[in-house]
Amino acid sequence: MDSERKNSRRELLKASAALAGGITLGTSGKAQAQHDHHPATPGSENASPMIHGSKEQIEYGQRSKYVTSVRVQHPIGGRPSPDVFGKVFHVASPLQDSVGVITPSSLHYIATTRGSFLPDIDPKQHTLTIHGLVDRPLTLTMDDLRRFPSVTRLYFIECAGNRHNGRQKTVQDTHGMTSCSEWTGVMLSTLLKECGLKGSAKWFVAEGAEEVKGASSIPIAKGMDDCLVAYGQNGEPLRPQQGFPVRLIPPGWEGIYHTKFLRRIKVTNEFYMNYNEFGHLRPEDKELALGEQIGPKSVITYPSGTQRLPGPGFYEISGLAWSGGGAVKTVEVSTDGGKKWNRAEFKNTPQRMAHVRFAYQWKWDGNPAEIMSRCTDEIGQVQALREQIANWWKVPFERDYRVPGLDNSIMPWKIAGDGSVTNGLA
Amino acid sequence: MGSRSLLRVATIPLLLGSLLGSSAFAQSPTYGVGRTPTAEELRRMDISIGPKGEELPPGRGTAKEGAQVYVQKACVACHGAAGVGGLAPILQSKRGADVPVWKKERILPLRAPHATIVWDFINRGMPVGLEGTLTPNEVYSLTAYLLFLNNVIPEDLVLDQQTLPKVRMPIGDEYGKPHDFKPNTPRLKGYPY
Repeated sequence: MDSERKNSRRELLKASAALAGGITLGTSGKAQAQHDHHPATPGSENASPMIHGSKEQIEYGQRSKYVTSVRVQHPIGGRPSPDVFGKVFHVASPLQDSVGVITPSSLHYIATTRGSFLPDIDPKQHTLTIHGLVDRPLTLTMDDLRRFPSVTRLYFIECAGNRHNGRQKTVQDTHGMTSCSEWTGVMLSTLLKECGLKGSAKWFVAEGAEEVKGASSIPIAKGMDDCLVAYGQNGEPLRPQQGFPVRLIPPGWEGIYHTKFLRRIKVTNEFYMNYNEFGHLRPEDKELALGEQIGPKSVITYPSGTQRLPGPGFYEISGLAWSGGGAVKTVEVSTDGGKKWNRAEFKNTPQRMAHVRFAYQWKWDGNPAEIMSRCTDEIGQVQALREQIANWWKVPFERDYRVPGLDNSIMPWKIAGDGSVTNGLA
Repeated sequence: MGSRSLLRVATIPLLLGSLLGSSAFAQSPTYGVGRTPTAEELRRMDISIGPKGEELPPGRGTAKEGAQVYVQKACVACHGAAGVGGLAPILQSKRGADVPVWKKERILPLRAPHATIVWDFINRGMPVGLEGTLTPNEVYSLTAYLLFLNNVIPEDLVLDQQTLPKVRMPIGDEYGKPHDFKPNTPRLKGYPY
């Protein structure tokens, strides 16, 4: 009976496919044009013409051709992507077009370990090996990894190069080096326990399989707390740009620690300075500490630089907030250059080390305005103005002041009387 | 016979004790998934060189040999003659010998706190397109050459497993060390932002 049912369903599918094909083939250009101009159902003007092709309709859907938002290279330090060697370094996500909190995998920002090519890894050939100060070194195939209990969690990633300055135009330029995905994988603690950590274990080195074998050192305390060995992103395998077939997610830490193409984890008893950590090298312990866990941060994505408000009236100011210290607790929005702060609402439930979408309902009176947002996280860290940060470090505040560690200072946008939005730091 | 069985009885808790003592978190595997890599696999795969250089392979090299490898392996094509003037990052400081290291350029064989980091990066990441193909001797030689170019070591110093980790880098101890990380705490104690 089951097979009968299947057969009849197959026949039906065949018939409808033939019908659809017949219509397509049988419709003359003229008839098609008439159909476009005289839709049968009022209000269906935009439903025609149709998108054709098995790939689009059945196998793997693409976005509408009318949606054109794309990533752009983010030339931090004047280094283009690709550079003269063809290596990609920094590519920014179009936050100005984002809605909700999940970044589409294909628009997730890209950063590589100081520049690398994109490896084309066959997951059947890829293994992850854990060794060093463990009782039992372990080599896992990707199939092995999927046999362990999995977790699925929302986490943002942000590159240390996500710094805003007065020369940038859009929020993609100022803040596009962060994205948020739903990641699926195995807790690193599960794997480390399976190997049996030795008592002398203090750090681990995570290493990728790309040509430069990018490696980072992370405290074992972080590894045992919440690190994820992720093979899934937004419901499907990781994208190659995001480390296919497996990457490390140390939630809330700077992007470079999120080792892509993860092939090896070595547990050590001391800090191994890899080339990645050499890039973090600073004269003072204090400043170095600010280059690991990301501080509380937020930015208004609408309205933002180069956008334009069509006229006075109601607007929902919307943006993203996050912190490497935990979940976002509150976000405040100011529409008068920071004099008065108003509590913003959350559009989703704040989660640990994840973007949260905030909004503030605002009636613009048509006068020039300066808008900005401020984030406070669950452990009490507060996003500050650049001037406040300079004061804390007891250094004179100047226009080109460099915020120590990852720049989590407040980002202002200016709205002119004609509704045009520009960088408030300019 | 009685004393032998007594010995056996006494050995069990001793063995147990030494097993537990060797590993604070020792426990048997929960899932039993995956396989044990062979010692040879680990030796080939483990390219991480710690500050003490314990993982360094046998081999040797001097700056003079390194200068030849630098040309033979086409390092010169990207990094320029003697590490200056190429499209890739410079490898020799342009600043005077009296300039403090933190006022000089961010050059790996100059600012790295350990010479082992220079060896590690050349070994894993160079040259472009042929990463990981240099022999240990070539890597020792190149490391010596770049350290010599930056006035870190004399031209005739032979770098090997013993001498490389002992090289005194110009930065000395003048750099920030990682703090003791604790989850759910501010990123820097006392820092409100």
